[in-house]
Amino acid sequence: MYTQALNDPANKAATVAEGEEEQNVRFMARIDADEKIEPNDWMPDSYRKTLIRQISQHANSEIIGMLPEGNWNTRAPTLRRKATLLAKIQDEGGHGLYLYSAAETLGISREEMEHQLITGKARYSSIFNYPTLSWADIGTIGWLVDGAAIMNQIPLCRCSFGPYARAMVRVCKEESFHQRQGYEILLALCNGSDEQKAMAQESINRWWWPSIMMFGPHDTDSTHSDQSMAWKIKRISNDDLRQKFIDATVPQAHFLGLEIPDPDMKFNQETGHWEFGKIDWDEFKQVLAGNGPCNRERLAARTKAFEDGKWVQEAALAHAKKQAARAANKEAA
Amino acid sequence: MLAANVDETLEIDREALFQLALRLGDTSLILGHRLSEWAGHAPILDEDIALSNLGLDLIGQARSFLTYAGEVEGRGRDEDQLAYMRNAPEYRNLLMVELPRGDFAFTMVRQFLFSAFQLPFYQQMMQSRDKTLAAIAAKAEKEMAYHLRHSSQWVVRLGDGTKESHERTQNALNSLWTYTGEMFETDASLKALIEAGIYCDPASIRETWNKSVDDVLQQATLTRPETGWMQSGALTGRHSEHLSHLLAEMQSVQRAYPGLKW
Repeated sequence: MYTQALNDPANKAATVAEGEEEQNVRFMARIDADEKIEPNDWMPDSYRKTLIRQISQHANSEIIGMLPEGNWNTRAPTLRRKATLLAKIQDEGGHGLYLYSAAETLGISREEMEHQLITGKARYSSIFNYPTLSWADIGTIGWLVDGAAIMNQIPLCRCSFGPYARAMVRVCKEESFHQRQGYEILLALCNGSDEQKAMAQESINRWWWPSIMMFGPHDTDSTHSDQSMAWKIKRISNDDLRQKFIDATVPQAHFLGLEIPDPDMKFNQETGHWEFGKIDWDEFKQVLAGNGPCNRERLAARTKAFEDGKWVQEAALAHAKKQAARAANKEAA
Repeated sequence: MLAANVDETLEIDREALFQLALRLGDTSLILGHRLSEWAGHAPILDEDIALSNLGLDLIGQARSFLTYAGEVEGRGRDEDQLAYMRNAPEYRNLLMVELPRGDFAFTMVRQFLFSAFQLPFYQQMMQSRDKTLAAIAAKAEKEMAYHLRHSSQWVVRLGDGTKESHERTQNALNSLWTYTGEMFETDASLKALIEAGIYCDPASIRETWNKSVDDVLQQATLTRPETGWMQSGALTGRHSEHLSHLLAEMQSVQRAYPGLKW
């Protein structure tokens, strides 16, 4: 998921300082040989920055992602659903923590990344700026949003940076589980009453287009990811991933008996692919620019958690200091 | 009128056993629900994860107890019908767990006071002559050991942290103290279950609880409040103002679309 950073204009600044050319040649040779780059290895500064941006954005997305689903924690319609939703949200917090740790190996602290998130300096996936308005949204997020995330993330398991690639292996396993859970929620709705099926359809109507926008701009408009491709951080282009996702998802929608809200969607017998209509990139840009339905609320919620929790962090630090002082005194005595 | 898993030599009032299973299930459910409210809003990311984890344990316990309650009742109600289709006066949870989550100090002090009771309680319940309750207790005991450790550590950190954290934690303790008596309460039905070896006598846990509480409060530099009047209502379903709000939210989907599968 959450690979918007790959499309960030700053990525193209892959300049290498003078005198580092030889190191860079060796570095690229390793990349070309599919070797993993580890935290203590030499790497171009721009490679490091790109990864920090991408991994922290990914972590931030997991953390912000807890909010729209958390909106239904207290209203899940059965105890089993309540438990699985809470477990999913817990997994997402775990992914955030795990990814922050991977980014820390590149020389940035978790505090700094958290600060960048709440000050708006670091991004998170725009998909979480949409509201969760019905129980069906919990199913749809699992199916479409986590589904799109998995499409994006499976290639990241082969990413050239070792800690990120290894983190992704675990994250992908859990995400696949979430996707199945989401689909199963929708399956229950679609096998249920007319009202439940309508609830599922209404949810797909809202989430379909934002989900396919998660793959980022068309390749023709996304010249910035070339460098990430060369570095093998990114492995598959936006459009190829999007097509793969759509081809996998459309039959699943049909199995549920749901309509994809795209009148131009049709199967091309020759190519074996589903062709889809025009994406409204204006909406994408507006949400990215901060004008989505929930941009302000999401950041405000995280800022509140941080501000309200400051005294807790201060207390933990103060206690740790006192403990250390007591231990030192004891030793001295 | 015997429940299936109870030693058949015992004469047990099915209604009393049903009420006990509700008391245990409701208490776990409501506290689990309160903990789930923190997900995404905790003071540090590690606690988003930890509090969800504690909540999950409690919701899991609740499911076991409520499923059993439905079996004992014998009217075909499952865990969801019991959780989602009863009104506040039919709930049998301790009042302490339904109070709003408050700040992080309130949440942790509550978790600590509750876990310090629940751990030795489940340890004793593992010996219950009701095999189902004993089995649930055996699983829950391991979970409560972690809950007690986690919450104790936080109470110590917060109590012995800064002036602000100390005050918040002492205030939480002072507010919650009046709700601790209920954990030890019994009525005629519970006494009969104690006699029958189904329920453990909470009085026998008092000493262990006192010791856990005193140890942690001492490390946390907190003052144990004077024991005065204790709030009560779980046994009769007379709750605080907060439970019906919680249930209105929790039950909203089920109540809006009754009788459907989710």
